[in-house]
Order: sequence, then C-alpha cells, then structure tokens
Amino acid sequence: MDIRSEVVAQFTQVAQEQDKRLAPLTDDLPLLDSGLDSLCFAIVVARLEGSLGADPFSDDEDARFPVTFGDFIRFYENAAH
Amino acid sequence: MKMPHTNPASLHASILAAGDPSSRSLVGLDAKATWAELIGGSILAEHAGGLTGKSVLIATRDQFRAAAALIELDGIARRIVLFPPDVPREQLSYVAETAEADLIVTDDPETASADHGISRVILSRNNVTPVSVDRSPRVETEWILLTSGTTGHPKLAVHTLASLAGSAMHRSPASASIVWSTFYDMRRYGGMHIFLHAALTGTSLVVSSAQESVAGFFARAGVHGVTHISGTPSHWRRALMSSSVDRISPEYIRMSGEIVDQAILNQVKGQFPNAKIEHTFASTEAGVGFYVGDGLMGFPPDVLTRNPLVEMKIEDGTLKIRSNRAAARYLDADAPTLKDAEGFVDTGDSVELRDGRYYFTGRRDGTINVGGFKVHPEEVEAVLNRHPQVVMSLVKAKKNPITGSLVIADVVLKAIAPAGSSPAVDSDILRFCRGQLAPHQVPAAINIVPALAIGESGKLVRRHA
Repeated sequence: MDIRSEVVAQFTQVAQEQDKRLAPLTDDLPLLDSGLDSLCFAIVVARLEGSLGADPFSDDEDARFPVTFGDFIRFYENAAH
Repeated sequence: MKMPHTNPASLHASILAAGDPSSRSLVGLDAKATWAELIGGSILAEHAGGLTGKSVLIATRDQFRAAAALIELDGIARRIVLFPPDVPREQLSYVAETAEADLIVTDDPETASADHGISRVILSRNNVTPVSVDRSPRVETEWILLTSGTTGHPKLAVHTLASLAGSAMHRSPASASIVWSTFYDMRRYGGMHIFLHAALTGTSLVVSSAQESVAGFFARAGVHGVTHISGTPSHWRRALMSSSVDRISPEYIRMSGEIVDQAILNQVKGQFPNAKIEHTFASTEAGVGFYVGDGLMGFPPDVLTRNPLVEMKIEDGTLKIRSNRAAARYLDADAPTLKDAEGFVDTGDSVELRDGRYYFTGRRDGTINVGGFKVHPEEVEAVLNRHPQVVMSLVKAKKNPITGSLVIADVVLKAIAPAGSSPAVDSDILRFCRGQLAPHQVPAAINIVPALAIGESGKLVRRHA
C-alpha cells in the first residue's frame, strides 16, 4: 500500500469527521499548523496502525517526534522498512 | 520566611508575604500584571462591593481574568467556583445550582446572554484598576474545583486555599530566578497547583490561552524566560511535535495528570537533556501525592513513605492517600463520599508491583484518560444506547501513543448488517455521538459485534486494565 496516500487519506478523513479545516498537506507543513489537534492525531495514528500495520510512535521509545507533514510520512516509511 | 504555607490567611496576604510581589508578574496572552497590582487592584470594579459572603461562579474564557477575580474574591466571597473553559456551557446551570451561586462572573457573550436564573457580572477588559479596599479576610473561602462525574455532569470538589496550597513549596533564594509556566489551565487542579506555587513563592507565571497556537505560546514563554514548566504527557507529546519547542530552555519539567510512559520521559529528555524532569501523582480530590525524579516510569515503593505529611498506601491494588491537601467533600447531592472513615481518599488508580517498582495500570472503575480528559464509559454507553439501531454497547480504552488512550466501542445492533461490516451505520452512530458528547468522549472506532457478555450480576462484563 502506498504509505503517502494512506496518510493523506486519514488526515483528510479525520479532519472531516472532527470538523477541522485541514491545511494543504505539503511536506514542509508543520503538523501543528495542519488544523488537527492532539485528539485528531491520536485517531490518525490508531487508524494507520490498522491500515498499515505499524505504529512507529509506540515502536521506538526514543524516536524523535515528527514535526512536519513530510517528517510524518518518513516516520511511517521508515517503520515499514 | 515567616509565612506559614500550610495555613495561609488569605491569598492576598500570602502573596504579600511571598517576597517580591511588585517585580514578579502574572502574564496572560494579552494582559500582564504584577502580583502587587493584582492584590492591590480590582477587575470586578463596581461589582466587588456586594460580594462579601456570596457564592461566586467564575466562568470566564480568559485565564488571566479568572485569576484576577479569584485573587480579588478570596477571603471576601463565601465560595468561589472555578468553571474550566473546556467544560460544556450546558453544565453552567447545574454547577450554579449545586454551588448555590449568587452570581456568575464571565467574559463570554454566550454565557452573558443565557439565562441561568442568577445575576451576572460581565468582564470585558483585562484592566486591574488600583483600589483601596479593606482586604482583611472575613471568611475562609471555599474554592470549588470541577472534576469529571459518571452521570453526565461534573462533580464539585470543595477545597480551601490551605488545602490547595499545602503542596506549594517554600520560597527559597533560588525562587528569584524562576519563571513558571504550565500547559494546564489554572481552573484545573494541575494548573491551580502551579498558579498557587508561583503566587506563594513570588515567581512570575506565564499562562497559556486557548486563543493561541502552540508556536505562539512557546514564543511568548521564550520571551519571558520560562525556567519551569508543567503539563500532561499529552501536552508534552503535542509540544514535541512543534518546531517552536526550542524557543524555551527549561531547567525543570514536570508531568502529571496521566500515566507517564517511558517513551515520553525519554523524548522530553532527548529534547531537553539538561532539564530536571519529574513526574507527579496528583488528583483534584486527593491533592498532590508524590514526585518521581529518577527518569523512569512508575515509582519506587519508598515514595509512599518519603513525605510524613502525605500518608499513602496500596490497598486492593489501588492507591489511597490521606493528607491535608485533599478536598473536604463534594457539593453534589448524588456524589459518593470523598474520603473513607479514616480520611483516606481512594484515588481509584490501579497499580501493580513488578520487580520492586510500582506501575500505574489504569483506573479501577474503567475511567478512560484521553489526553488528560477523563471519560466514563457508562456516560458514552448511555448515548450510544439511545441510537435507534443500537441494542447495547461496551465502551473501552485503546492504548494510544499521542493521548495515552482513545475511546472505542463494541456495539450490538438491532438488525445485524450483512457481511458483518456496516460503514453507514457506523458513521451514523458516530454522528449521533458527536451531537451529544465532547470530542474526546466520542468513540474513535465502532466495532459491530454479535453480542456482549453479561455477568451473573446482570451487568456487562468489563475488563479493566
């Protein structure tokens, strides 16, 4: 499965459900400016665990949190390798 | 230092005694005042006169205004209720009635125009104007903090300045260079603890605002030179997702309000390698229990006996605490007793001893902590069960690396949709929930199941972590 399109799909879906205005998802977009709050991110991470079978946030206790949308994609891409 | 912190006369007198009130400030998003200006001034202006002996509900959106009103009214009002901005406004009437409020102080047009059957004071500005009033305390004011309840409305816990200030540390020579901040709102226990700590040790305090981005808050905290900062693990996870987190360089970091896992301790340490990091156990009802500073999740057994002023024990796998920091009682008619016959508060937090160290495993009653907000499964189930397609439901926690937990629900439908999955019904149920529950209470996922186990008692079988 294409990780990027799955992540974009979940951001879009959760934003819509939670009634948030989603910023254009460019790689340099800071996550906290995306329009999603902590609860939205929590839901995105839970759903990506379901669809991609990976939760890089929980897998590595020392991992640096992603800051931009591009970091977020890479975080999942690296977990898949 | 002659001020007795364990039994302060009034907030006004305690701030005055704390040291250097004219050079240390309370800093809001668009307001700032020194502690001296706050204790020598009035934000309630002409309304202040009639409030002696009254029960006053402070329901402002703005944190600075709430703090200014609180400082003005302690020792004057009989009772002050602090209504947190994240609690739905529909609860105002219940809270006002339960607290026998004579007056609501607000800056919120919606609250100001709604009819709660009692008079209102509208604050529209942040001005704390100098006044000369007699501030000798007339009463020991009750401070009411809200905590989550199981039956759809918050519970009102009765504190006093003495119980809330019981854990504030004493001023020391080091206090002069400290600037506190917190992600918490001061209308919540975690924020109140920091607010009083700053006020009573004479340090500046930078408070957050819901109107401000995370980046904006860090920029402001950086400008004011914040050295000490507290928040929940979820606050810290959000902070670490901001590139602006490097605008602050704290010496001391505290986490509380949720179970602290090793990942967040390591990640915060990675970001701030030179900071001292502690995690704390505290609750609105029991007060501050203990601090853990060894960088590891959980706690060593000796923290339970380290502080002679706070007695703690593990009984039936849950933590119980007795100290003068605890709330006295709940105001609610239908609330359980807050303390047992011996004065212990049952925190309801389950712990497990593994290899000589205790670890929190969740709530005995199944309460789910979503990013610092408590969710009672029964309350969510009650809403789910009102959906026309739902026969019964079971709400449970799913572990989550961002908010600690998320709410998920197993649902039995009246007519099972073919092929087991029924996205249309799922989304309809979720829409139904969103109309009636706060966002953190709405299940993140609905699993349609054929049946739920019922125990011999006739109740749903719940498996609590």
